[in-house]
Amino acid sequence: MSKSSLKETLKDLDTKKISIRELNQDYLKRIKEKDNLNVFIHFSEENVLKQIDNLEKDNTIKKLKGIPIAIKDLFCTKSMPTTAASKILENFNPTYESFVTQKLLDEGSIFVGKTNLDEFAMGSATNTSFFGNTINPLSKENEPLAPGGSSGGSAAAVAADLCLGATGTDTGGSIRQPASFCGVVGIKPTYGLCSRWGIAAFASSLDQAGIFSHNVEDSSILLQSIAGFDQRDSTSAKVDIPNYFENLDDDLNGKTVGIPKEYSIDGTPMEISQIWEDAIKVLEKKGVKIKNISLPHTKYALPTYYIIAPAEASSNLARYDGVKYGFRSDEIDSLDEMYENTRAQGFGREVKRRILIGTYVLSAGYYDAYYLKAQKVRKLIADDFNKAFKECDFIVTPTAPSAAFPLNEKQNDPIKMYLNDVFTVPASLAGLPGISIPFGKDKNNLPLGIQILGKHFDEQQVFNAAVSLERSYE
Amino acid sequence: MNNIIKGEKHDWEMVIGLEIHAQVKSNSKLFSSSSTKFGSSPNSQVSLVDAAMPGMLPVINKYCVEQAVKTGIGLNAKINNYSVFDRKNYFYADLPQGYQISQYKYPIVGEGKVTIDFKDGTSKDIRIVRLHLEQDAGKSLHDQNPSKTYVDLNRSGVALMEIVSEPDIRTPDEAGMYISKIRSILMYLDTCDGNMQEGSLRADVNISVRKPGDEYGTRCEIKNLNSIKFIKQAINYEVKRQIEILESGGSIEQNTMLFNTSTGKTRPMRNKEEAHDYRYFPDPDLLPLEISEEEIGKIKSSIPELPDELKNKFIETYKLSNYDASVLTAEKQTSDYFNETINSDSELKNYAKIVVNWITSELFSLLNKNNLDLNNSPVSPENLGQLIKLISTNEISGKIAKDVLEDMFSSGKTARQIVDEKGLQQVTDQDEIAKVIDEVITENPKMVEQYLGGKDKLLGFFVGQAMKLTKGKANPKMLNDILKQKLTKKN
Repeated sequence: MSKSSLKETLKDLDTKKISIRELNQDYLKRIKEKDNLNVFIHFSEENVLKQIDNLEKDNTIKKLKGIPIAIKDLFCTKSMPTTAASKILENFNPTYESFVTQKLLDEGSIFVGKTNLDEFAMGSATNTSFFGNTINPLSKENEPLAPGGSSGGSAAAVAADLCLGATGTDTGGSIRQPASFCGVVGIKPTYGLCSRWGIAAFASSLDQAGIFSHNVEDSSILLQSIAGFDQRDSTSAKVDIPNYFENLDDDLNGKTVGIPKEYSIDGTPMEISQIWEDAIKVLEKKGVKIKNISLPHTKYALPTYYIIAPAEASSNLARYDGVKYGFRSDEIDSLDEMYENTRAQGFGREVKRRILIGTYVLSAGYYDAYYLKAQKVRKLIADDFNKAFKECDFIVTPTAPSAAFPLNEKQNDPIKMYLNDVFTVPASLAGLPGISIPFGKDKNNLPLGIQILGKHFDEQQVFNAAVSLERSYE
Repeated sequence: MNNIIKGEKHDWEMVIGLEIHAQVKSNSKLFSSSSTKFGSSPNSQVSLVDAAMPGMLPVINKYCVEQAVKTGIGLNAKINNYSVFDRKNYFYADLPQGYQISQYKYPIVGEGKVTIDFKDGTSKDIRIVRLHLEQDAGKSLHDQNPSKTYVDLNRSGVALMEIVSEPDIRTPDEAGMYISKIRSILMYLDTCDGNMQEGSLRADVNISVRKPGDEYGTRCEIKNLNSIKFIKQAINYEVKRQIEILESGGSIEQNTMLFNTSTGKTRPMRNKEEAHDYRYFPDPDLLPLEISEEEIGKIKSSIPELPDELKNKFIETYKLSNYDASVLTAEKQTSDYFNETINSDSELKNYAKIVVNWITSELFSLLNKNNLDLNNSPVSPENLGQLIKLISTNEISGKIAKDVLEDMFSSGKTARQIVDEKGLQQVTDQDEIAKVIDEVITENPKMVEQYLGGKDKLLGFFVGQAMKLTKGKANPKMLNDILKQKLTKKN
């Protein structure tokens, strides 16, 4: 199956080789065929047809006119419900459009549907969703695999060719890990590059929107479309957004890549160490200087993340209380009971677990030992990267410690599940941009991902290194 | 000042600190652009941010920050170049986010002080610990339906300044004077409208008692008092309650209390098991607030004259007493009125004390009686100035002037008009007054006899008779002098 890329499709639309309607009919057909993957929480053919009708009447030139895009169901959208994969928002219809999705609409893209995710983006397998598991399109007949998470629905949508690109959010690896599991490209830009306005919050200081696509070129086109300053988000950055696609340059001669020794972890499968080495060799051949670097606080990243993210989540999710919108329990005899029953029935196990962890680490008497200490460690981790980037232009590591695992594995072992984030979390804590690209396969012919990290707001370098590796691999 | 309270067994002293919540005067809320207008229909001023819809983010309103800095400067306080917004987490139906954005560890304003002035001419400094910015919550309406509670989010997100004092206050009166002084400063600065009835200014009062010289006792906090009268009542009740407990061998439990305005009693709001752990942490949706010295300087230069500066100026320029000057400057409208009155005629500055008296006693009592305040006084400063000029030049007597003022108040006419129309000019012609006195003496021979026989008090009778004949217009001093002279001559 050869999937057409966004770049080629834009050309075909431009030269009238294909019409917007024909293009999207093709995707609609596949979406209906692949219904068993449970990629979408919300899909409405009627809604897609309406968007096609509207675009056909629209004579203005738009960059992504007619391009089918899937939206992670954490982005609030006016034309479709927004659930965050939670029962507590089961019937929530926003009256507003998130910054990122508005930008895509302004460019003329077509939203094919809202994709599945782990409830409130908390998970690594898209198995905590109130709306059931998403199945990795690369699964064999009788062995359903997890697509990774939390943006598993969006990764699967691209992998199954149900769209030409998809939005995701990444808090600790939620774009990069599922991209790796599904064999697609996933970029999490620098914290602050894309406004968080209109994205249901998980952990405010880490959440960042990003893009899934078939290849790096498409990724560079789409990221440019969703990036930009937004005065409604105080953490949004006032930076110029370059034309990443126009500036793509796969000549890495003279650049330096950092290889952090702390990312060689005992128990990492041979195949993963192998593709990492392969990638380094490819870079070396291209004239890239290999620099062994040290990020000494890496081992503290995971525990630090699992203090900070739940702490912020415990507060961010307090607004889902049954008072104003969303689910409210029927069993109410008092205000306290309304809260207790609404939240007990409205949230799933993983969300409740993280709310409890977060509440605990912020409690009087524990704050200094957990939250405050975690913030200090976070600073040290960020400093590690700052130091390292004085000696190199980008860093290359594996994306995840394994290929896609069977759907029901790790279901009941949160610690094991949390370990999925071991390579992605440090960059999240430091707010750095990172991309995962498919690079090699394991013994079961499942894709493995290589992660490229860059300096703050140096997405261009990340794309350049990624496109270079990608082209050499093809 | 003697602040000792006599208990059954010991002498006691009360120790009071106030947390004042002042609504920032601003057209829009602290983190959203919704209007802050009071009295609008429920939930008509609620943005997506105020209702805490998913994915909504707070954005600081710079004007509110400037207002807080301005207030800090007015409280002689240190402005912090770096401050942080924290989340105070708790669940309540009218708290849509499930947390209040406030400032905990790093407030925008640090230590300061304000001065309160006593009638006896002394004054006292009350130290300020801090001022911080925070959001107000919405309002739960429990009385609309027997089985339901409604929520109005109009107030949700409105900016408040919490001003925390040191426990420097020792009497209910001081507490009242302190809050009046804060209110006065805020109103001069135009950073709060000072309307206590509408809840723009309210206070939590921390109270403990101790034997004089001892360490501080355990305190109780009375929440949400919105009038000076209630603050004083609540303090008096709470102090009595605490002394009674301590004198009967008990101990005070630290508690949060509510004051019942109809019974005048305090009662605990919640017990210990329900005590909140607010889980404060820096709000990750907001960057730390940084204010440069340059910005502070700019705000400083925009600050108008404050009550204490004005008070000192009045004392200096018009030789007023400290107390008179502080009464005059307590409210901006009063000092403005005084300024306009005294500047309406160049002569009046020599009669400043008279001007003060006419404003703060005669005019105020008329305004009070008619439920008006200076801003809508029917008597303009120029007209009052004219009236005082007539008094100071002996054209009318003080007594007549009171009637003239009442007439001015109801008719809107000027003092001059009234005096001319009614012919109220004082009689200052010696001969004319002497003629009237002769008449009185002739008509009351018996009284004259008694007076001369030693009944000095009768002098008042003769004055009264003579005044009656002149319709009150005789110059009182001249009348007195001539009367005494004539009655002695008779002797």
